[in-house]
Amino acid sequence: MRQAILTTMLGAALFSTYVMSVQAAEIASLRGANNLDAPANAIEKNEQKKMDGGFDRAWELQPPSIPHDIEKDRITLTENTCMKCHSKDNFDKENAPEIGESHYIARDGSVLDKPSSRRHFCNQCHTPQADIAPLVENSF
Amino acid sequence: MSTAEKTKTCLSLSTIFIGIALGIILWGGFNWTLELTNTEEFCISCHEMENNPYADLQDTVHYTNRTGVRATCPDCHVPKEWIHKIVRKIKASSELYHKFMGTIDTPEKFEEHRLEMAMREWKRMKDTDSRECRNCHNFGSMDLDKQDTRSADRHDPHVWEVLDGEEPSQTCIDCHKGIAHSLPENWEEAAKAAGLQD
Repeated sequence: MRQAILTTMLGAALFSTYVMSVQAAEIASLRGANNLDAPANAIEKNEQKKMDGGFDRAWELQPPSIPHDIEKDRITLTENTCMKCHSKDNFDKENAPEIGESHYIARDGSVLDKPSSRRHFCNQCHTPQADIAPLVENSF
Repeated sequence: MSTAEKTKTCLSLSTIFIGIALGIILWGGFNWTLELTNTEEFCISCHEMENNPYADLQDTVHYTNRTGVRATCPDCHVPKEWIHKIVRKIKASSELYHKFMGTIDTPEKFEEHRLEMAMREWKRMKDTDSRECRNCHNFGSMDLDKQDTRSADRHDPHVWEVLDGEEPSQTCIDCHKGIAHSLPENWEEAAKAAGLQD
């Protein structure tokens, strides 16, 4: 009787180990199907696309995308280096597009002298572009 | 030669040698100390510098870049030529005073004074035709083909001014403000009022 119990337990243990190893092989974590002790695959580097004259809008009212490098630009609580060229005062001199009239309208509909704080973080809407395949298929 | 004359020659010779030796030690020591205060390590030994401007710098291209050339604090903030360096070092004694007074010893106090300090540096750069920038960057050495179209368009007239043997009509700091540190709030209005920005 005792031997029968032991054999069953050993069998169950062996079986569960087998099941777990099969599962482990099938589970792919976010870092890919790499073993944990191996370095993750390097992310493919995508150069930002630059375009003279800017990109066309893909749809009406699309926030225009950024046709130049923004690596050195900083948007923080106290500064916004995009405004060095795109502000009302500087766009003409810098030959850059001016930020839209809509950017001066506050949430309550009043028109402000300075760009509204809700428009402060330019790259929430305006994005740089790169030549890459979409991560997820879509029919847009 | 009489004994008295011999002693005289010996004395004057040893005076010269002692003078030279003392000169080397004192002058060398002075310059050695001066160079010691001219290192990044020295600058950021104060928490004011380490936590604010040095932290800003680390996000910028002057700290890390493709070719691995780094500008340290004194490369931009202390002139290379001896006479200008001494003048700057003497002016820096006021920084010691403010260190002891704790004028900028919290991030809040630093932000409060950021505009004033930035304006002082911009003015210094403007007055010296951005001398410290030009230790590395020169219009004459720019390959405009290698630059972005936008940068090349802006640099082009000045490159030609230099090639024609004229003084460039604009200096680096006229456009390149806030490239190594954060810009102070309302910097643009202040710089325009002070004639430091177009």
